[in-house]
Amino acid sequence: MNELPQQLANGLALGALYGLIAIGYTMVYGIVQLINFAHGEIFMIGGFGALTTYIGLPSGISLFVAIPLMIIGGAIASVGVAVLAERFAYRPLRGAPRLAPLITAIGLSIVLQQLVWGWYPDAKKARSFPEFTGESFKILDNLIIQRADAFVLVLAPLCMLALGLFVSKSRNGRAMQATAQDPDTAKLMGINTDRIIVMAFAIGAAFAAIAAVVYGLDKGQIQFEMGFILGLKAFTAAVLGGIGNIYGAMVGGVVLGLAEALSIAYIEEIPGMQQLGGGAWANVWAFVLLIVVLLVRPQGLLGERVADRA
Amino acid sequence: MTALLEVEDLRVAYGKIEAVKGISFSVEAGQVVTLIGTNGAGKTTTLRTLSGLLRPSGGRISFDGKPLAGYPAHKIVALGLAHSPEGRHIFPRLSIVENLRLGAFLRTDKAGIEQDIERAYDLFPILRERSKQAAGTLSGGEQQMLAMGRALMCQPKLLMLDEPSMGLSPIMMQKIMSTITELKSRGTTILLVEQNAQAALSLADQGHVMEVGRIVLSGTGEHLLHDESVRKAYLGED
Repeated sequence: MNELPQQLANGLALGALYGLIAIGYTMVYGIVQLINFAHGEIFMIGGFGALTTYIGLPSGISLFVAIPLMIIGGAIASVGVAVLAERFAYRPLRGAPRLAPLITAIGLSIVLQQLVWGWYPDAKKARSFPEFTGESFKILDNLIIQRADAFVLVLAPLCMLALGLFVSKSRNGRAMQATAQDPDTAKLMGINTDRIIVMAFAIGAAFAAIAAVVYGLDKGQIQFEMGFILGLKAFTAAVLGGIGNIYGAMVGGVVLGLAEALSIAYIEEIPGMQQLGGGAWANVWAFVLLIVVLLVRPQGLLGERVADRA
Repeated sequence: MTALLEVEDLRVAYGKIEAVKGISFSVEAGQVVTLIGTNGAGKTTTLRTLSGLLRPSGGRISFDGKPLAGYPAHKIVALGLAHSPEGRHIFPRLSIVENLRLGAFLRTDKAGIEQDIERAYDLFPILRERSKQAAGTLSGGEQQMLAMGRALMCQPKLLMLDEPSMGLSPIMMQKIMSTITELKSRGTTILLVEQNAQAALSLADQGHVMEVGRIVLSGTGEHLLHDESVRKAYLGED
């Protein structure tokens, strides 16, 4: 049976998850040129916020009611941490050499992981997360979509659409574009750029919380270290798509997700490459793709070549 | 009666290096005042401090009767002080009309904003033709027009123009200068920083010559234009 449709669906769902997290890297980078390496932990904290919310809900509650509440609870936690991090860790370093906030971000990432590990009840091992139960959607004989995958495949495009409209049409969105292009001049227009920066962190964190709920529903568990590798992958997706470009984040995520899914399924069928296929090599192929793309298009798929200032 | 802008003993430092070493001047409503001087004299630093992008290390600034010290830049615009920065700094990936709208960011009167966009187009017709085009695709002179039009969009009480003729062709320079003259005739109050001293002094009511962070000479534009030391130093005469 041809398994290509199934692999494409798996890749798309994984890519949509990467894309949702990648938004956080790309928005913050686009505005303050900071690689927020703690964003993977913001994602993880979104997951624990959602789990806490779920535990607080009456047992036996329908997932259709619980999920929106879990997203809200997760977003409160992730946005809260992101805004505090911006205010107390990054803002004092604005104007400092770029290495300083970068190292701060790495440190913050370790601190946040350890805080959850040490303080969240039973977080030293994986905590179980509510799972989607019920039938998968059988689209074709060779295409079955799990509920969690269907959920992210519907949700991610909606989130992107909302974000795209916000950035291009709303007053705050235009202020955000102006701040990204030229922060000092944005201030001269009357834009409170500090507020815009906080907004970029908050939007990225909210998207990360959505991603964390999707991830938990899919895997049935969350761990304190889950933000590390997923954060790295999402960061890769952001660079692949062109960091600073919000659509690039989603495109990069999808390309990366598809590359992983297809490499797992097909590389081992290539004669002589049996050893290099399967799940164990998926990360390798993902990063090979990144390197190839950056060799050809250093600015990423949708990134713009940064022109010299006139 | 107090002036619209009063600067008293203003000092600005980058770290330990003082770029502006205690200057005083004022701008009356309706006047065009120009600061001239060579590169590094502190003219741009002065404007960036007035608009709040830099913090003064000493002295007093009062604008429209209010002290400005310690105000962040985005609140100073709200008081009616617009700044068209050196190097134009239009938003390159936004369209011309979006750039103009950002100039009116703090305004809420939609009809008034549309009217002022039309006015900017009347002042610079090329902007109307290209209104949907990304601002980064404009020529240097057109970008300068956009920067000035954008600064006017907040209906400023005082318009600060930093080197509006820098890097422009002689024809474009003339066009920009005649626009400034037109703005003056409409009663716009302008603080103009220019390297083209001849052009700036010919249209200014008041001029101040800056050298390494100090005002070394002040007078009416007419007076400075005929001052021997100014002619020697800035107008290229022996």
